[in-house]
Formats: sequence, structure tokens, C-alpha cells
Amino acid sequence: MSKQAPAHLALDNTNKKWSIGLAVSVLTIFAIYKFALPTASTEVRTFFNNWLPLNSLGEAAVFVLMALGLNIVVGYAGLLDLGYVAFWALGGYVAGWLMSGFWYTKNVNVFGTPPPGLPEGIHLNFAFVLIAAGIFTAIWGVIIGAPTLRLKSDYLALVTLGFGEIIPQFFINGENIAGQNWTNGTKGITPIDNIRFGGLELGVFDLAPKFLIYAGLAAFMIFLSIRLRDGRLGRAWLAIREDELAASMMGVPLMRTKLASYAVGAISGGVGGAAFTTLVNGVFAERFNFAVSIIILSMVVLGGMGNVWGVTVGAILLSWVNSTGLVQFGRVFNEAAGTNINFPSYNFFVFGLLLVLMMLFRREGFIPEARTRIIMHEEDLDSVDFVEHKEGAN
Amino acid sequence: MSTATKAAAKISVSKILTRASLALIVGGVAWWLGGNLVSDPALFATIAIYGLNNGALYALIALGYTLVYGIIELINFAHGDLFMLSAVFSTFMLVDVLKVEGPGSGHLMYVFLVLIGAMIFGAVINVTVERLAYRKLRNAPKLAPLITAVGVSFIFQFIGLQWNGSAPRNFATVISDGSMEVAGVTIPHETFAIYGLTIPLLILLVTLVNKTRQGRAMRATAQDKDASRLMGINVDKTISFTFALGGAMAGAAGLMYAQTVGNVAYNLGFQLGLIAFTSAVLGGIGNLYGAVLGGVLIGLIQGLNDGLPNGPGQKWSQSMVFIILILLMVYRPAGLLGVSQKEKV
Repeated sequence: MSKQAPAHLALDNTNKKWSIGLAVSVLTIFAIYKFALPTASTEVRTFFNNWLPLNSLGEAAVFVLMALGLNIVVGYAGLLDLGYVAFWALGGYVAGWLMSGFWYTKNVNVFGTPPPGLPEGIHLNFAFVLIAAGIFTAIWGVIIGAPTLRLKSDYLALVTLGFGEIIPQFFINGENIAGQNWTNGTKGITPIDNIRFGGLELGVFDLAPKFLIYAGLAAFMIFLSIRLRDGRLGRAWLAIREDELAASMMGVPLMRTKLASYAVGAISGGVGGAAFTTLVNGVFAERFNFAVSIIILSMVVLGGMGNVWGVTVGAILLSWVNSTGLVQFGRVFNEAAGTNINFPSYNFFVFGLLLVLMMLFRREGFIPEARTRIIMHEEDLDSVDFVEHKEGAN
Repeated sequence: MSTATKAAAKISVSKILTRASLALIVGGVAWWLGGNLVSDPALFATIAIYGLNNGALYALIALGYTLVYGIIELINFAHGDLFMLSAVFSTFMLVDVLKVEGPGSGHLMYVFLVLIGAMIFGAVINVTVERLAYRKLRNAPKLAPLITAVGVSFIFQFIGLQWNGSAPRNFATVISDGSMEVAGVTIPHETFAIYGLTIPLLILLVTLVNKTRQGRAMRATAQDKDASRLMGINVDKTISFTFALGGAMAGAAGLMYAQTVGNVAYNLGFQLGLIAFTSAVLGGIGNLYGAVLGGVLIGLIQGLNDGLPNGPGQKWSQSMVFIILILLMVYRPAGLLGVSQKEKV
């Protein structure tokens, strides 16, 4: 067996193509917001501010990052995780702890950017915080995964959901555990330090350069997802997803492979959480509820489980609907029709109906992976005929 | 040879670790409970009764989970929200339509009428959802119906939100708030109502499943759908009937909750549904008696955790339930009364 990667896995033109395309589109967006928009007419600016604010773009990039992480667990390895919000919360609090004045008795500054005149607290550079968040959540992914991953699929879903409830409850109640304030309770940790990037300091309102950073993180995750999928580990995940028993017979170590998917998913959730904390300038415990897990799951399901591009598009679309689209649509509709309908309250309905209709009519998602489509419609194939047909062809 | 002994040694070490940690957990809980029981038995009993009240409620909801899981192996995620809708429905019927609020002499008759109404309501909705959504997915990969159920749960929450408003709705219950005292132990009046309703319902359900023709069809379908079909059982109808039974239990639980607690909110189904699901798993999912036992136990544990001094207290109540769920999954996935099944190849 040669160690060389198969020809189609090499960093060939297809890989270059998408990375160039992505880089161009991200830079275009950046240029539009940074340079073109301030000189545009008021009407154009209002339109962009209403329908496509930079905030929602940054949020979309962070959601791409997290949805791709969940995609590795759900789409690649086929393990339903209903408590993904736990990793978001953990990553968010790592950023909260390491990039603010929260630990006011300490006085640590490692390439950090403490607010002027307030050196108290732990102030780490954003890059270190991302790494710390990744490591911290990976450890938690393994802690959560190790005892539970041998369960059957639906039990696993419920146990992950349990963790998704316990961990946020810890953060909510964390104001006083054993006489120590760990999380500031429902008040949350705010403000967060500025991001230092080269010689620049990016504050709350430097949204355009921040968007570049978040998009870069998301692009890295896209790259990682594509490369992982074709590698040895990725193929092992797909094998487990399709038939756990057969995979273990072929020599795939089940526990280790599943744990790896959990850890990778957790890392991207954690990094996403840390990034989100810097986006909204704080980390707030009550934000981490079950609905968030479901929204991220909807992104994965809508786009097409297992397909990187499908999930990316799904994440961008749904995060926009969630942050801007529904509110704006409601405002326009109410103005036009003279009604007073609270459209954001239709959130539950939109996401619930979306999940049900997708499962009923297009289980493989809008941009499916060829392989997923076959699995999702396995019951349509008459299995006996299928096998006979294949044998006849030989 | 040496590798074999090594492997054996490794297994026994992990087994010892598992047993030791289990013993430590059980011992710690027993020590805490025992200490409280000795220091103030009357308080302990009062708190336990409060816990048991909730336990009956959990048992009723857990039955819906366990019935459906027993027959089509689906965790009906929307069941908790069906319970919430029933609670909202019964409140709407009693307070808005029949104008029955607060204790009164003729009021119990209305409550009984609404109880029947809520049970029919729960059954009809559950059957409709099964017909429209789950039936098409019966042979799909397991992920599909589970995600569908999550979606249905969101739709139910939306309906509850529109119907009941975003804030919890308070009203006066038909059963008076008072309580009686027996040897220093406080027993609230609700306790009698709750058990007066739950026990007959449970007896009815168990008779239905164990003694009637339809119940026999249910048990046969749960064992082997194809074989049941060959024996002339209408499998679709039987599954619908199961959903109807589960929905009716959720309907009764909804009314019971509304009339004992005195407020309903659109988001109560999620939490209570999860607790009830944990109860079903604790007892051994698919087992009717297990669901009841699990519900009562979880109610008791939660009550003791919330009420007894030196414990984690109410703000950790939800976490406690999930910790039980996780510990259960680690140590005994089959539940207390369940039989562990080997996967067939």
C-alpha cells in the first residue's frame, strides 16, 4: 500500500476553483461594505442596512462554521446531536473568560487588548482564545461522547439534548457555585475585548474587517470538511453512518471514530461560539436554548446532510431568515397590508414546518449528496430486486 | 494466551470502575436522603407527597411516549407539546367557554366534561399528526421521523403561542388551594384529585391493552408487524389506535396540570415532555408499568431535590433529571423494568 493520496484527492484545480471563488465573493462583499457603500446614496444605504446589514453577514459566517461542525456529526457520522448549543455555549464562555475583565482579581495580558485604563482580568489575543476554545470544547466533546456514544441513535439524541440543557443551566446558575462567581449568571459577561489583528484593533463597530475574519474561519472549516470527508477518517464516518455493524466488521474502530467526529464537531462549535461572542460583544447564558440547536440542525437538514456546499448555503439562508429576513418581511408586509402581525413570533412555525416538509418530501436536502439521496430513499428500492439486478449485471 | 488474559483483566478493571462509581453515586444519594429522613420525618413526607403529585402527571405523559415507542420505535418528540396544547385547550374550554373558574359546587361536573373533551382533543390531534407525517416515514431511516417529530413539536409550540399568548396565563383552579394535616404531614387537596383521576385511568389503560381484542392486536403489532399483517390485523389502524391512547393520556394530563397548578404557558411542554420521556426510559421504554414506576420515581426524586435542605435545590431541578437520564444510559440503558435486547443481525 502506497502512502500517497489518490489522484482525485490531491489539491487539484477543483479545490483551487472554489477557494478562489469563495475568496473573490468574500472580498467583494468586504469591498462593497467598506468602500462602496459609504459613498452610495442614502436610499441604497438604507436598503442594505435594512435587508443585509453587516451584522447579519458576520452572523451568517459564524453559523456556517457551526453548521459545518454539526454536519460532521450528523451528516458524516450519522449521529443525531440535539444539544449542539452546549458547544456554542462552552466556546462562548471561553472567549468571555479569556477576553474580558471578568476575572478582575487576576491581571493577565498576553498580546491582548484590555480597554484603556482597565488592565484587570484576563486578556488574551483572539487567536489564542480561538485555540483555547477549540481545545476546551474538544475535551468536552470527548467527555460527553465517551459514555454515550455506544447508545442507539435515538437514545443518543436524547442524551445529547440532556447535555444541551445541563450545560446552559450551569451557566445560568453559575453566579454562585461553591461561593465563587463563575459565569455572572443571567447578566452575562460583557463587554469583550477588541480583536487585535496585525496592527489593527477591531472594536464593536469595525464590522467589515470582522466579517473578513469570520468568513476566513468559515472558509477554513469548508476546506477542512471537504478534505476530511475524502480522507481515511471521513470514509470511516460515512461507513458508520451507512451501516455501523458492517463498518465494524471491516475493521473501523467504532468508538474512536465516533469520538473523533464528536471532537471535530465540538471544536467548530466552540470556535464558532468564541467568534460569536466577539460579534455580539458579550456572552449571555439565556441565549443558549434548545431552539438554537434546532435552528443549526435545520441548516444542516435544509441544505443536505453530508454535503458541504448544501450545508453552507442552508446556514447562510436560515441565519439570514432568523436574524433579518423574517423581521424585515414582517415590517414590509405590515406596512403594505396595514396589519399588525408579529412576524418574528412565526419563527417556531417556519422552522418546524420546514423540518417536517423537508423530511416528508425532500429528505436529502436541497443540494444533496448523491450518496445521501440513495440512503434516504432506501425503502423505495425493492431490496431483493436491487441485489438480483446487480448480480445479473456482473 | 497472554493477550487473552490481558484483555480479560482490562474488561474486569473497567467493570470494577463502573460498579464502584455506581455504588458511590447510589451511596451518596442514600446518605443524603437518609440523613434528611432521620432529621425531620414529617417534612420529608410532606415534600415526598408534593413530589408524588408531579409523579402521577409524569406517569400519564410518559405512557404516551412508551406506547408509541413500543409500537413503532419512534421517540415522539412532539408528545410534550401535545400535553401543553391539551392544557391550553382545557383552560380555554373551562375559563373562556364555560366560564368556570375557582371552586364551586357544580363545577366538578364541568371539569369532568372538559376532561372527556381534552382526552378526545389529544387523541384526535395525535392521530392526525401520525396520519399526515409519521406514517409516510415508517420505513425511512430513523433520523427522518425523529427530525419530523421535532418539527411537529415546534409547530405545536407555535399554536400554543398564538392561542395562549407569550406570557403564562394564570387563573383560579376548581380544586381549592387548601390542604389538610395528618400527624404533621401536609397533604394538599390536589393530591386526592390527582390520584382519583390517575389511578382509574391507569386501570382502564392496562385493561384495554391486556384484556381486549384491540389491545392484543397492539401487542402483536409491537412484536412483529409483518406477522401481524399475515394474521389479519389491520396494522395501520392499530398504530392509529395506539397514538389515540397516548394522546388521550396527554389530554387528561393537560387538564390535570392546568387545574392543579393554575397557570399554563406555551413552553411548558418542552420541559415536562423531556422529564416524562426520562421517566419512560427510567422504567424501561415500551413497558407500561415501567412508565408509571419511572414517572412516580422521577417526581419523587425531583420533589426531594427541590424541597429538602442541603440539596442542590430547585434551580438545578432540570439538570438533576437529565443527570439521571445520562447515568441511566451509561449504567442501565434498558431501564428498571426493561429487558436489554441484543441487536439482531
